[in-house]
Amino acid sequence: MDDFLLRALAGGIGVALVAGPLGCFVVWRRMAYFGDTLSHAALLGIALGFVAGINLMLAVALVGLALAGVLVLMQRQRKLATDTLLGLLSHTTLSLGLIAVALLQTVRVDLMSYLFGDILSVSDGDLAWIWGGGAVVLAALAWLWRPLLAMTVNEDLARVEGVPVLATQLAFMMLMAATIALAMKVVGVLLITALLIIPAACARRFARTPEIMAVMAAVVGALSVCGGLGASFRADLPAGPAVVVAAAALFLLSQIFPRREAR
Amino acid sequence: MPSDQQHPQMSPDALLIKTASLTVRFGRRAVLQAVDLTVSAGEVVTLVGPNGAGKSTLLRSVLGLQRPTDGMVWRKPGLRIGYMPQRLAVDGTLPLTVRRLLSLWGPVTSEAVAETLGEVGAAGLADSPVQSLSGGELQRVMLARALLRRPDLLVLDEPAQAVDVAGQATLYALIDAIRRRHGCGVLMVSHDLSYAINGTDRLVCLNGHVCCAGRPEDVRGHPDFQALFGIDPLAMPAWLLAAGPHSHGDTSAPGGQHLHAQGHAGPAVKDTPTHG
Repeated sequence: MDDFLLRALAGGIGVALVAGPLGCFVVWRRMAYFGDTLSHAALLGIALGFVAGINLMLAVALVGLALAGVLVLMQRQRKLATDTLLGLLSHTTLSLGLIAVALLQTVRVDLMSYLFGDILSVSDGDLAWIWGGGAVVLAALAWLWRPLLAMTVNEDLARVEGVPVLATQLAFMMLMAATIALAMKVVGVLLITALLIIPAACARRFARTPEIMAVMAAVVGALSVCGGLGASFRADLPAGPAVVVAAAALFLLSQIFPRREAR
Repeated sequence: MPSDQQHPQMSPDALLIKTASLTVRFGRRAVLQAVDLTVSAGEVVTLVGPNGAGKSTLLRSVLGLQRPTDGMVWRKPGLRIGYMPQRLAVDGTLPLTVRRLLSLWGPVTSEAVAETLGEVGAAGLADSPVQSLSGGELQRVMLARALLRRPDLLVLDEPAQAVDVAGQATLYALIDAIRRRHGCGVLMVSHDLSYAINGTDRLVCLNGHVCCAGRPEDVRGHPDFQALFGIDPLAMPAWLLAAGPHSHGDTSAPGGQHLHAQGHAGPAVKDTPTHG
């Protein structure tokens, strides 16, 4: 196997192992649109990263964090529904990102690779970021697991029981911003949400506990990466979209299996 | 204004929570105005009042979820509150059994789960997915969750809302039994007066301020209470009996008849001037 394909596999699987468990919370907490908004803002992060001359993943994560902060502040106003706010922020930041990239005179940016991913160009440095950063994100998620789950069940109840709700919420948003920054190279900003929610949705059918669902989502994500990359390699398909389609195929397949008895 | 100062078994040690001139404003609108409320150990206090009367806001203030604009909320140091929210909506995508739900808030033993579920009449539900429960079953499970925390005070927000009529009386009887067994205080919001009043020590009628408070049998005669609720809800069965198709023509028991007719004749809430 070629070197670049091995790196692509390693990078893709690394991202999938992180996106699966985190994606479960995105699904449980109905935050898919929030994930979309964060990832759309990533393009702005890339442009700003070029301008500032800092690591692009870091820039993306920072912009995501800023956006999450803006969203929390705007939600407090309670003038607009959250999905309206998200739609506003999502498309504004995407447009700003596209404009900023177009205005970049000094560097030529391959827009397509950032929008839809460029997994075949994953470098050793990228791999270090993905696996190192991914390990940190997973460790933090494990640490936050119980309070996050409690909040997901009922936020008021969690607060009464002494869960630091706001801090946990912010920490979760940080993890999402970090994951999006890590996943950007693999599937691109427009497709990241798919990697978060499709494996989780697929795992739901077979899981009896939240933890099993998280592990299964990670495995499904990894399988999708393998399948997508394989198809991409053999049939010369664009890799990012192929990974997403592979995940969707696994989801469809999972729906065919008879559901386990609920009670 | 009638205050809320009479307690059946009041002793300073037994006091669990106390609010003093608690005021909450949202923007310019005062939702709660100078509310004094106390709950002591072993006592069931039921908040009643029309929609928008501030019942939930008062509950949230007691729980520490709502910051008072003015006045104060005192909680006994180290007070353990078992809170039962109005409605638990767990997303269908979250695989969660009752057992797991109960252990989310701290470690519990399998025996404790079985025993507590048995106590609330939900034995055998431990391994059911939360989403498969009926409204009444879910409320019982949430009550078990609160009990597993060994609370000094149970705070229940419309506990019978999602419960069918047959289950409501049982649920309130259960709350009463739990209070007697565990000696904890109970503060709850209730819409339906007929069931909630059995086992209530103190009824607090709220409409932005405390209109009247006291033992249910005393409060029901209070003019503010009757003005808010139009009729004497505790007399409902008798009233229904009397107010048959011929209620106004019926001449038996003219005195009682007159009283009830007067009660339900006026369009209750709208035409009543606000008190306070």
